[in-house]
Amino acid sequence: MNKNGTPLVEMRDISISFGGIKAVDHVTVDLYPGEVVGLLGHNGAGKSTLIKCLSGAYRPDSGDIFINGQKAVIENPRDARSFNIETIYQTLALADNLDAASNLFLGRELVGAGGFLNDAEMEAETRKIMGRLNPNFRKFNVPVSALSGGQRQSVAIARAVYFNAKILIMDEPTAALGPHETQMVAELIQELKKQGLGIFLIEHDIHAVMELCDRAVVMKNGQRVGTVNVNEVTDDDILGMIILGKKPPQAY
Amino acid sequence: MTQTSPTQSSADPTLGPVARFLKATEIDTRLLGMVGALVAIWIGFHLYGAIVNGNGAFLTPRNLWNLSVQTASVGIMACGMVLIIITRHIDLSVGSVLGFTAMVMGIVQVWILPDYLGLGNPLIWVIACLVGLLVGTAIGAFHGWLVAYRGIPAFIVTLGGLLVWRGAAFLLARGETISPVDATFALLGGGPFGAVGAVGSWILCVIACASILWMMVSGRKARKAHGFPLRPLWAEYTLAGLSCGLVLAATLVVDAYPWPKGIVSQYAAANNITVPEGGLFISHGFAIPLLIMVAVAIAMTVMMGRTRFGRYVYAIGGNPDAAELSGINTRLMTVKIFALMGFLTGLSAIVASARQTSATISLGQLDELYVIAAAVIGGTSLAGGVGTIYGAILGAFVMQSLKTGMVLIGFDAAIQNIVVGIVLVLAVYVDILYRKRAK
Repeated sequence: MNKNGTPLVEMRDISISFGGIKAVDHVTVDLYPGEVVGLLGHNGAGKSTLIKCLSGAYRPDSGDIFINGQKAVIENPRDARSFNIETIYQTLALADNLDAASNLFLGRELVGAGGFLNDAEMEAETRKIMGRLNPNFRKFNVPVSALSGGQRQSVAIARAVYFNAKILIMDEPTAALGPHETQMVAELIQELKKQGLGIFLIEHDIHAVMELCDRAVVMKNGQRVGTVNVNEVTDDDILGMIILGKKPPQAY
Repeated sequence: MTQTSPTQSSADPTLGPVARFLKATEIDTRLLGMVGALVAIWIGFHLYGAIVNGNGAFLTPRNLWNLSVQTASVGIMACGMVLIIITRHIDLSVGSVLGFTAMVMGIVQVWILPDYLGLGNPLIWVIACLVGLLVGTAIGAFHGWLVAYRGIPAFIVTLGGLLVWRGAAFLLARGETISPVDATFALLGGGPFGAVGAVGSWILCVIACASILWMMVSGRKARKAHGFPLRPLWAEYTLAGLSCGLVLAATLVVDAYPWPKGIVSQYAAANNITVPEGGLFISHGFAIPLLIMVAVAIAMTVMMGRTRFGRYVYAIGGNPDAAELSGINTRLMTVKIFALMGFLTGLSAIVASARQTSATISLGQLDELYVIAAAVIGGTSLAGGVGTIYGAILGAFVMQSLKTGMVLIGFDAAIQNIVVGIVLVLAVYVDILYRKRAK
């Protein structure tokens, strides 16, 4: 991790409010290549709202976003994708009635001669990438509603990986998963980190944060409490920040 | 030998022969159920007529041919309604839009164009059709815009449309019936001259069978090329046999329905043919409205299965948020879907007014209910995300068969409405039971 270069993402002084309530209040965060930054806080602390400004689901009232040092205008999910930002949502943004291949390529289908979908090619590519991410995955020809939580999550992750995401946003990726599947996702995050992706991880489980993240940003009531390097603090320090808003000396 | 693959589906010994057959041929059990229901309705009406009235009139070439013509208008619109319902909307205005569009076309070809082009000018029917399609598409797009960009629920927009366009149709012609429509235009509605005849039907039959075989062969090749599981060969042969057999049977039926004597003698006189002793047997062949509906169904099926547009329709129905987050412009899609519905309504208006050779104030009244019922009976789920074009076409045939059948055996209108209403509710209930079990 190289903290001296240009950050991959810098969200500077972001504010957004809904009906007079400041959901995000002048928050600044950054993310470097090959780094996992955890976003922590209670429900309603503003983590998801902040990150939705980056994924294009919301537009901030004020503040700027810089990608690789360049000012970026992100007005919708299509814009975010053009900056190689991929999001894996808490609610699993999959269309339940479509199969794995259709979901993986949704919005970016492979088309052949005459503009017709090349379903065979898409299924073959899906089989290839799923073979790498989740070799036990077999259900290629059924709607994803028939898949388990872990299988669905692996489809969502495969989508981000396949399209060469540079910046990955994961909103509680293991919330619906069993222990084995959680381990699989953890390994995957380490693998993606090695490949130089920057990852924003929204997470409630403090152990997952200590294990997976390099830095942690704690938010409370829409404001940033502080940022810490995870290897310099204990989980009690982080819990103190989340619950009491108390900033330990190592934080900045 | 070639069909051995890791997931050979027909090899499961725990399944009974019927289940194994269905699995190997990949025939949808729903489809089978719908075809079964349709056949039961046909045979039921025929037997009832034969036993009670002493005259089984349903399963005759004449009735089946008429059924194909009468189904066309609702069937064409049902194809569009499938998309609307899949994306969790509804369109209650199609009957009124059909009436309005037909009225516009009637005025164009009866009151306006003959003054400029002269009566019977071949351009008249072309311009009238284009105007009709354009007006239908524009109205549909406008409804879609109100729904997508102004956030008014489709139920309300099209309920308003139901009243507005029927009223507008009345104002356009001050309630008059406009007839007769252009002679060439009238052919689009069927009738002895609005059908392709025996030779034409056989040509279409051969083309259809050849396309079915070509599709099956090329589909198998594509799966093989990627190493995907294949159907066993016997299943392929059975499917090919069934599909081609169905086309062949339809051809035989429409060719078995001759022109009426009066039309034959008229035609013979006009073409200097002497009618022989036993009369001249001239087949109707496939009716043009039926062919229009089949063409629409094929085009829509390809669009739903093989294009981005179709994929997005299903994605929006399955999870609108996921579709939006995947970068699909869901609002524009909604406008396009409603515009397509409008286009098909325009097409339907052509067929319906051509069949009556006039545009009347009540044309298309209550059609919205038949169209929605056809889509829903055909398995389109009101919860969104699920539906097929072939299902809607079958649904249209079921609705029309019920209507025609009850007229044939002499039930009066009140009972007809009661039966149609009960069937609709029952069909949805069966669908719910089926989905519960499938889970």
